Amino acid sequence: MESAAQNKKTPKTTPGWFVYGLRNGIPICMGYFAVSFALGIAARNIGMNALQSGIMSAAMVASAGEFAALTLIASNAGVIEMITTALIVNLRYFLMSCSLTQKLKPGSNPLHRMFLAQFVTDEIFGLSVTVEGYLNPFYTYGIGIISVFGWCTGTVLGVLMGNILPGWATDALSVAMYGMFLAIIIPPSKKNHFIGILVAISMAASWIFTEAPVIREISSGFRIIILTVVIAGIAAVIRPIPDENEEADTEQGDA
Amino acid sequence: MPKHIYFSLLVISLTIYAIRVMPFLFIRKPIKNRWFKSFLYYVPYVTLAVMTFPAILTASQTPYAGAVALAAGIAAAFLSEDLFITAITCCAAVFLTGLF
Repeated sequence: MESAAQNKKTPKTTPGWFVYGLRNGIPICMGYFAVSFALGIAARNIGMNALQSGIMSAAMVASAGEFAALTLIASNAGVIEMITTALIVNLRYFLMSCSLTQKLKPGSNPLHRMFLAQFVTDEIFGLSVTVEGYLNPFYTYGIGIISVFGWCTGTVLGVLMGNILPGWATDALSVAMYGMFLAIIIPPSKKNHFIGILVAISMAASWIFTEAPVIREISSGFRIIILTVVIAGIAAVIRPIPDENEEADTEQGDA
Repeated sequence: MPKHIYFSLLVISLTIYAIRVMPFLFIRKPIKNRWFKSFLYYVPYVTLAVMTFPAILTASQTPYAGAVALAAGIAAAFLSEDLFITAITCCAAVFLTGLF
C-alpha cells in the first residue's frame, strides 16, 4: 500500500518495470497467501474442491467478492441474485478501474486495457496508481502475477490442508479475511470521521438485519445489496466528496 | 450441498470481470456526476463493514472469540494500517482466546 520506495529510482525499460513489479508484489503475495488460505478453508467447508477453488481464485481475484461468491454458491442462489450481489460487492473495482484507466498513455493498446482489468484489486491498484506519470502496464503485470500466484496457491492449499491442520489453527485462520476487511475500512475511518460513522452505522444495521424478526429472512446477498445502496446512497447526498481531487497528493520530487 | 458450482463460478467471474473492464473500455474521461462519484467512493466502506459484522462473530467456534478478534483487528488496523499485520492479529486473538 505504501509506495514511498517507488520514488527512489523508477525503471526506464519495460522489462525493468516488470521486474520492479514482481519485487514490489512480494509483500502483497504474502498477505494474499495468508488470507486466501482462510478462503480455501471456507470453500472446503461449503463443499468445493481444490480445482473449483483454484479456478475461482484465478478467475475472480477478489477477497470480499469471492467470500460473497461462497455464500451465494452455498445457498444455491439464482442467477439474478448472483449477478446483483457480485455487482454490489465488487463495485469498488469499478471506481478503481475508472481511476486506473486515466493513468494509461492515450491510445494504448486495447489488449493492455483488457489484461489490466483482471488485476484491479485494492492492493495492486494502490501500487499501480501511485507511479509518477503514465503507467507502464508491465509494472502492474509484475505485481499482479506474483500476487495472484500467492492468492491461488493459498486458496488451493487451504482446501487441501484445511483438514490436516489442527482445529485451533483453522479456527484462528477463519477470521483472517475479516482482518483484511478491517485493514481496508479502519485506517480511512481514522482520517475521515464521516467514514468512521458510516462504518459503525453499517455494522449496526447489518446486525439488525441478521437478528430482527422478518427482515432476518432476507438472504445475505440481498442484505449486502440493500444496505450498501441505501447507506452509501444517503451518505453521498449528505456528504458529497469534493469536486476536485483535493487529496493533496504531496508531490515527492526526486531531489 | 451446493449445486451448479461451475456455472455459478462462470456467472460471478464474468460479472466481476465486466465491472473491472467496462471503465477501461468505455470511460476514458473522468466521471462527472458528483452524487455517483460520492456513492462509488462510499460503497467499499459500507459493503465491507456489512460483510464483517456480525459475520465475524460466527466465523470461529465461539462468538466470544469472534468479538475479541474484532476488537483486536480494529486496534491493529488503527495502529498499523497494514493488511498483513491486521489479519495475523485477528488470527492470534482467536488462538489466544482459545487457550483460556
